[in-house]
Amino acid sequence: MFEWFGRVSYAPHTKVAGFARHLKDGRLMASRCEQCGHVSFPPRADCPQCLSDQFAFDELSGVGTVLTYTKIDAAPAGFEELVPFVVGVVDLTETGRLLAWFGESIADEEIAIGMPVQVVPRIFEELEQIKVYYSLERPGTSWVKADSS
Amino acid sequence: MVGNTSNQAGSDLRVGVIGVGHGVFGRRSDASVQELAFEAYREALQDAGLEPDAIDASVIGAVPEYHKQRSVGGVVQEYLNLNPKPTWLTEVACASGSAAIRTAWMAIRSGLHQVVAVIGCQKMTELTTPEILALMGRVGDVQWESVFGTTFPGYYAMFAERHRHEFGTSEEQLALVAVKNHYYGARNDKALFRKEITVEKALASDPVASPLRVYDCCANADGAACVILAGADRIREIGAGDRTVWLDGLGCATASMSVLRRPHLTGLPSAEDAAQQAYAMAGITAGDIDVADVHDCFTIAEIMAYEDLGFCAKGEGGRFIAEKQSYVGGTTPVNIDGGLKAKGHPIGATGVSMAYEIIRQLRGECGERQVPDASVGLTHNVGGIGQYCFVNVFRRE
Repeated sequence: MFEWFGRVSYAPHTKVAGFARHLKDGRLMASRCEQCGHVSFPPRADCPQCLSDQFAFDELSGVGTVLTYTKIDAAPAGFEELVPFVVGVVDLTETGRLLAWFGESIADEEIAIGMPVQVVPRIFEELEQIKVYYSLERPGTSWVKADSS
Repeated sequence: MVGNTSNQAGSDLRVGVIGVGHGVFGRRSDASVQELAFEAYREALQDAGLEPDAIDASVIGAVPEYHKQRSVGGVVQEYLNLNPKPTWLTEVACASGSAAIRTAWMAIRSGLHQVVAVIGCQKMTELTTPEILALMGRVGDVQWESVFGTTFPGYYAMFAERHRHEFGTSEEQLALVAVKNHYYGARNDKALFRKEITVEKALASDPVASPLRVYDCCANADGAACVILAGADRIREIGAGDRTVWLDGLGCATASMSVLRRPHLTGLPSAEDAAQQAYAMAGITAGDIDVADVHDCFTIAEIMAYEDLGFCAKGEGGRFIAEKQSYVGGTTPVNIDGGLKAKGHPIGATGVSMAYEIIRQLRGECGERQVPDASVGLTHNVGGIGQYCFVNVFRRE
């Protein structure tokens, strides 16, 4: 289950639930098909290329560039006290794209298409919940990772 | 005559529209969804000169999650007094109405039914705006996008920001789309907003999702529209041939649910594909279109539609509106009914409302909004953020 992922976890039951566990440990993961090697981010359990359901997680560096962004002022239900917030779509260097909030290391005025960013796994502690997300930060930003085991 | 319109026996396989109806769009706290549907259905029957027993089946275009009533097709079918005739619902988000038209065409072309009433209907205002924003935000992927509070305007805002980055499309050019659509909406007695606006007013409106402001966004609305389709042989029997508008080209394509898996973010790949299909089937090119209704849920959506449909080159959409090429008298008049922007957007009704306008334009019935000598028209109806697109080409002989 995606029990740690998202302020509102809309679809907690998924075959790639291990993604959230790795994120909690500080690792951003893509899926890699164990049969044909197809890599996907966001991760997916079933290979679109060879249809295999055997996959493994591969760690990504989280380095990317901003493809587009928007500052949302009109909040959807559940996000009223957070607006305005800026979401960006990032082209990841290794594979795929990711959508996330910009973090504290980047001021709203600095945000621009084409700027390099570091995707940083982080835990947002809220009143009654602890949720894992990633945010878009200045390149070179460091974070804590759990030991590999 | 376009190919593929007759079978080996030589009978005429074309499908045409013989009647259209449209209720007033707006905040319709005076009416239930089935009462809204009835307004449009009654007008379409009268327009076609048909008695109710001439209808063989109905197809309802609506999006269920916005209604308190479950299984909305059933309550509409009962209220229209169409039991025990068959009905079914089509759902592809904001393109549900065009999907209904497409399946009606299939039903007639297959020979299963001869006269089909298509009813697009939606009662949006049973929900609050934040509830609707949350529901519509989930047209993005709920696992990877909605958790960050994405909204419908937010997605189109990101298209707009990317379009500005690549092509220089300005906020003023976005506003000019709203100015045009309010100009024509002011002249459409079925529209929600019937007032002209200025660029200054649009640019001074509150931010929604940068760079989009309130006047870049269409409004949720309640409403219904109806078109009645029939096969050419039945049309001849009814004697409705003179006023018939033929549905000669149908295109439909999809694109990924998630913006994370799209080839580009400056247009809708589904619209590009659907347009090429519809043009090929009708045997025409973009330059043959005399009048179009496109899916301007946001101002940037209309600018991308000019490009996706081939009314102008990629990246030239901002210039196209700045030069008034989409006004009556321009290269391709677009949304001369006010579009979603001024009419309002009862999502299930919108595709059918587009067909209503284009058919009346091709019949020359639009008064001061009439595009002179229009004989070929197009509708472009987008579901979600381009996950689905339906393009239809209509022609009057």
